[in-house]
Amino acid sequence: MNAQHTPPVAASATEHESFEHHVRRYLYVFYALIFGTIVTVLASYIPFGHRSINIGVALFIASSKAFLVAGYFMHLISERKMIYGILVFTAFFFVGLMFLTLFSFVDLPWHTVTH
Amino acid sequence: MDIPYTVQPRADTGLYNAKLGIWLFLASEVMLFGALFSSYILLRVSAPEGYWPHGWLNIPIGTCNTIVLICSSITTVMAWASCKMNRFGRFKFWHACTILLALTFVCIKSYEYHDKFTHFEFTLKDGTYADGHILEDKADSLVIHGRRVADRKELFDLRAPGVKIVNSEITIPKDQIQKQERYGPWHHTYLAIYFTLTGLHALHVIGGAIVIGFLWGPLSKQWQTDPERFTNRIEVSGLFWHFVDLVWIFLFPVLYLL
Amino acid sequence: MQATTHAIPHAHIGEAHHEEAGFWSKYVFSTDHKVIGLQYGITALSFLFFGFCLMLVMRWQIAHPSQPVPLVGPLLAATFGNMAVNGAVSADLYNSFGAMHGTIMVFMAIVPLAFAAFGNYVVPLQIGAPDMAFPRVNMASYQAYVIGGLIMFVSFFVPGGPAQAGWTSYSPLATSIPTDGQTFWILGMVFLITSSLLGAVNFIATIIQLRAPGMTWMRLPFFVWAQFVTAFLLLLAFPPLEAAAVMQLMDRLAHTSFFLPTGLAVGGTLANISGGGSPLLWQHLFWFLGHPEVYVLILPAMGIVAEIIANNTRKPLWGYKSLVYAVLILGFLSFIVWAHHMYLTGMGTRVATFFQTTTMIISIPSVIILTCMFMSLWGGSIRFNTPMLFVMAFLPMFGIGGLTGLPLGFNYSDLHLHDTYYVIAHFHYIVAPGTIFAMFAGVYYWFPKITGRMMNEFWGKVHFWTSFVFMNAVFQPMFAQGMAGMLRRMADGGANYSQAKVPGAIGGLSASIMGLHTYILWAAVCLGLAQIPFIINLFWSINNGKKAGSDNPWQATTLEWQTPTPPPHGNFAKPPVVVRGPYEYSVPGHATDFTPQNQAGSTAE
Repeated sequence: MNAQHTPPVAASATEHESFEHHVRRYLYVFYALIFGTIVTVLASYIPFGHRSINIGVALFIASSKAFLVAGYFMHLISERKMIYGILVFTAFFFVGLMFLTLFSFVDLPWHTVTH
Repeated sequence: MDIPYTVQPRADTGLYNAKLGIWLFLASEVMLFGALFSSYILLRVSAPEGYWPHGWLNIPIGTCNTIVLICSSITTVMAWASCKMNRFGRFKFWHACTILLALTFVCIKSYEYHDKFTHFEFTLKDGTYADGHILEDKADSLVIHGRRVADRKELFDLRAPGVKIVNSEITIPKDQIQKQERYGPWHHTYLAIYFTLTGLHALHVIGGAIVIGFLWGPLSKQWQTDPERFTNRIEVSGLFWHFVDLVWIFLFPVLYLL
Repeated sequence: MQATTHAIPHAHIGEAHHEEAGFWSKYVFSTDHKVIGLQYGITALSFLFFGFCLMLVMRWQIAHPSQPVPLVGPLLAATFGNMAVNGAVSADLYNSFGAMHGTIMVFMAIVPLAFAAFGNYVVPLQIGAPDMAFPRVNMASYQAYVIGGLIMFVSFFVPGGPAQAGWTSYSPLATSIPTDGQTFWILGMVFLITSSLLGAVNFIATIIQLRAPGMTWMRLPFFVWAQFVTAFLLLLAFPPLEAAAVMQLMDRLAHTSFFLPTGLAVGGTLANISGGGSPLLWQHLFWFLGHPEVYVLILPAMGIVAEIIANNTRKPLWGYKSLVYAVLILGFLSFIVWAHHMYLTGMGTRVATFFQTTTMIISIPSVIILTCMFMSLWGGSIRFNTPMLFVMAFLPMFGIGGLTGLPLGFNYSDLHLHDTYYVIAHFHYIVAPGTIFAMFAGVYYWFPKITGRMMNEFWGKVHFWTSFVFMNAVFQPMFAQGMAGMLRRMADGGANYSQAKVPGAIGGLSASIMGLHTYILWAAVCLGLAQIPFIINLFWSINNGKKAGSDNPWQATTLEWQTPTPPPHGNFAKPPVVVRGPYEYSVPGHATDFTPQNQAGSTAE
């Protein structure tokens, strides 16, 4: 298939600069991701008493890192409504699958063998 | 009539076709890995108390792999940014790094898999268990680097506070061995979901690396004829790559740390 | 971050030169959506025929257990060896045919026909696009379908025969069955799922991005809306099944225990597995797809029905907006009803109530859609041609199928009806005189656009009336059988549970219920014979049918009828400009009783 024929436009210095600004932002995200990784690993060694706290901490950090990757590297933070819409529905159905399935396992009457 | 919006975005959606396409595909991938994560949760919740393993995977190596993928993510975005800034040479450099980092990831993963496949659990006839890697296979005995335990539960939670694992050289007479099983996916559902999740993820890493490799190599001559379309391809393949990194961001703590 | 910047030098591309393509690139490795649509259609109809034949053999076995099958007995004996001794169907073979009939009909016949075949051919034309958004991905999706279909077909010939664990492939049975055919089933499914995923991405991107100027969302033909929602269902519901298929494959090949519980015993001996898995996990993952899948089976059909009703009543569809919102809500809700297939798995009451509630709610948009279609007939100048006959029959048939779903949706009544013939009757009423009738209607309707000729009307009507009578004859008695307690998947047709076998037993199947088997068998054979006029008509009319006489023989308003016949590569010389809605029939003040969407005029919407 052919590309669209569009009139050539010269590159401008200002546009290069604004992109440098974006590049700087990517680097900050990179540092944040490395930092988050180290924190996750160290936090997993801290005995919080209940394992579920460790799980909560780890998932929180992971979600934050995911937000950074999705938001900045994948440009989601400035992306179009159409993409948001698709992802919102996807997230809803993923959560539905996970929780409804889990719910159906734990909603069993007492003394029923689950495994 | 040619297909419109292959490069120029459509006004009301603000997207070009391939970008919408890749996000739709990524949505389906979210459901794919989501189903596997849901299965992980279910299997873990249904495991008998004390028999779900913790600490069976090497955390420093996993952390290293995580950093490798994060680095590959930044190199990917830099490669695309280079295209946008019309610096083809820099693009080539950054994506060469991406491919090398991807290969590094796969190599480290292979080493991890190998480590698991050479790790054995022995059920001994006196009711005790031995666990470790085989150092020497003699005629009538095995010399392993590992430990021997009375209660099988001790083989599971290796990260509980206060637990110290001491591995030493142990000789096991072969006639004492009732059962011997590698730490393969058949050994425990944890390993099953570990190998499936990381295996599927690794296939995505390899697939992504191949696509980026093609774009870096033979297909890069499109830069001469249609640089905008080429840049979009870099963006689209980059989106896939970031997704692969995203999955690992969740995989690593879930499988290695928790 | 927008895609276009001006920092990159733009290039001038030379005009593509369209040289004459050879046979292989024109008909086999084509990226043209019309060719791909026809490829899907022919392949799917072939599988439909094959699945039908499997069913005939099963119905013989049910009516005459352990008796050699007439005509094909020797073929069965030659192919399946000790599974078909003397050409009689053994229990294992019956289970194989049952599993493959379901799999083939759902995944290799109806979905490729309804969604991929009709969708690929018609949707780009109806939205005014030159092709699908990703033509090469389109070709890849067809090729994945063929590979998956071939794997499924080849599985019939491996030692041990094809899969036997039902189209639902429940573990641990599916993991324990020793035949390689069961593994082939999983591999085939992976390819079929991949094909659907690629197709879904293509459809959604095409409908969003490639609508012609002026083709707003609310000017889309309902068929396009239906395909749009169907594509979303496939996109988001199939991947969990792909994950589950991978896990079941691991269970079979790598001896994992994803779906195998601790303490599993097979054939009396404890299985050498790690245990710790859950059979229910498979069921949840399967039905998470399984339920949206049934809406995938019906929505394209509803789309076709809507188009043909509007065209043959010469008036707009009643309640277009309601139809659109109903189909969107239906698609959304279909993701959260799946466990109504699992009421008898021992779920707790809270979860069961949740699924029962959503299941009841989802019947509302279904009824809205059906009501709109019925209301569309009111006051219409109905033309009773063959497509319209099939479509009008669709309405009450789908009504019966839908209404009989209600006792299955309530978990209390489902206790009695689950896994009985009532369920078989319910879903076959929806798919067989439902979807398949819509498929037939679509073939008769769009045939003149594809070939420039009409199919024979007389034989079309013969095909309709005979199919209508015999479809009902086959499936109507099954409601009675199901309510009497006859269970599904019994190789002897329930003989072991009959009054004849155990006289006086409470709940035993009576002689009259058992006697219905013979009646159903004859009805099925006649139903098969009734398709012969259709098959002959289809092939004969390609070259010998009455010429359509115009590019728009049905005098329709939608864009696919405003192209040359057949539409050339690229469909439209330049993008059509849409100025009105899709169903401007009998508009007061217009010269003709229909106004095409791209016809500029004084009364634009």
